[in-house]
Amino acid sequence: MIEAKGLIKDYGRNRAVKGVSFKVDKGDIVGLLGPNGSGKTTIMRMLTGFFAPTSGACSIAGVDVQTDPREARRHIGYLPERVALYPDMTVRHYLKFVARVHGVGRGIASRVDETMELTGLTEMAKRHIGKLSKGYRQRVGIAQAVVHSPDVLILDEPTVGLDPRQIVEIRALIKELAGRTTVLLSTHILPEVSITCRRVLIIDQGRLVAEDTAQGLTQRTVGHGELLLRLVGPEERVLSLLTAVDGVTGAEVADRDPSGASVYHVTTAADRDVRASIAKLVVDQGWSLQELTQNTMSLEDLFVRILEESAGVTF
Amino acid sequence: MRFLALFLKELRTFFASPLVYIVSAVFLALSGWYFYTDLDALITFGFGESIVDHLWQRLYNDIVRILITVVPLITMRVYAEEKSLGTIELLYTAPVRDIEILLSKYLACMTVFAMIAGSTALYPYLIYRVSPFDYSQLWSVYLGGFLLLSAMVMVGIFISSLTEAQLIAAMFTYGAILLLWNLNWNEAAIPDSWGGIVAQLCAFDHFEPFARGVVDMRHVAYFVSLSVFMGYLTMRSMESREWRGRR
Repeated sequence: MIEAKGLIKDYGRNRAVKGVSFKVDKGDIVGLLGPNGSGKTTIMRMLTGFFAPTSGACSIAGVDVQTDPREARRHIGYLPERVALYPDMTVRHYLKFVARVHGVGRGIASRVDETMELTGLTEMAKRHIGKLSKGYRQRVGIAQAVVHSPDVLILDEPTVGLDPRQIVEIRALIKELAGRTTVLLSTHILPEVSITCRRVLIIDQGRLVAEDTAQGLTQRTVGHGELLLRLVGPEERVLSLLTAVDGVTGAEVADRDPSGASVYHVTTAADRDVRASIAKLVVDQGWSLQELTQNTMSLEDLFVRILEESAGVTF
Repeated sequence: MRFLALFLKELRTFFASPLVYIVSAVFLALSGWYFYTDLDALITFGFGESIVDHLWQRLYNDIVRILITVVPLITMRVYAEEKSLGTIELLYTAPVRDIEILLSKYLACMTVFAMIAGSTALYPYLIYRVSPFDYSQLWSVYLGGFLLLSAMVMVGIFISSLTEAQLIAAMFTYGAILLLWNLNWNEAAIPDSWGGIVAQLCAFDHFEPFARGVVDMRHVAYFVSLSVFMGYLTMRSMESREWRGRR
């Protein structure tokens, strides 16, 4: 449904996107993951035809965005990074306007009602957009992107600036939509993609550095082998028994609590989850367990790791 | 359908803010004052002249002068506001032609002016009720006014497409319009080496014959080509986002 071939974008002398190619299949949810300034927004603006690529091409539903922008845009619902809203319009007026501009003719009123229902905006229908909270504005932005029932949804940072409850709601909404449409969304938050997306494209400094399934990404970040353990028990014995657990490669005391508990850093073989074995050990020995946490990797750590992998060297 | 939606959205935006009402009120007060004083001046000092023949030329030159100073206030927001709100991205990723966006903005501005300037038809009507006269001359005045406003609105729209800041757009539009209007007031000051082209750009010289009741195709062509040229520049300026990478 979405195809990018060798996309390059120069801003003056600065090359923001350096030859990115990818495909998104029909019905898939794909996340563009990368730090701020990595070129995600620029890629999305080229896909929607707002910016022309310096070279390369992209197509939406088989239609080339450069040669036939109007036909290509007919298939797209787009949530820009800065949600494009008219503060003086009411929610209903605004959604009607967007639907009309996208060519929704008959049944426009019921289509707008359905969209407001789907995005939880029904009670806000007559409110002026300028008076809505950030969370509701974001919803109006998403409603605006889906009101004409597009085949392809392009969402630039759909959950940015929302409170945790709203984030959960918006993610659920996106998942709900994904059954019907193809979704490409961008984010700089690592857990976001693993929760929402099926496939992940990782962008760094304008390059596509890795492509993975959401599961693969979760394994990469979770199974990297570091545990944090907090318990009360004889340190010497704890350390010796910990290192004897199958899969554990090392253990050390990292800190001591005033309460008498010690904090251990346990390293394990990659792709091994030893939490259950350690928990069992602690219970069998009668120590008092206070905390057992698998350290998840930060986005920055993951990037370093991916870059290492692609370069084939270890720093 | 799509175009109508764009046009109605532009129009709604105008009437959702108090600016248009304030501009109309000030315009009506000023034009009413000019109507009264111009008429009074002719009655007091126009010995033996036909008042009706001479009133319109004076009055409409005065009215047009107010109108063109109002243009920047109306046109300043059309593109600049969309750029600063970010809604420009909504319009330029919708399945509409760039020219449809431009024309919807132009037509909305002209509709606002039609409503403001249309109210001036009250003055000939008042005179006509007192003393019927041949009003065929007035058609040319309104045609000239329409052409002049159309060109000035396009100048304002173009300048608005260059910036995100409405006040900057307004100020530059003021400059451009007043310069075009007064360019020729001292013809002798324009160097001969400029080949007379500059003198031909003066908007007042092209409007003034319409106020006298003369419709000359050369003047029509001037306003039409100025409008089209400004429209062309606006399209190019909006396209520049594609390679400059700015909204």
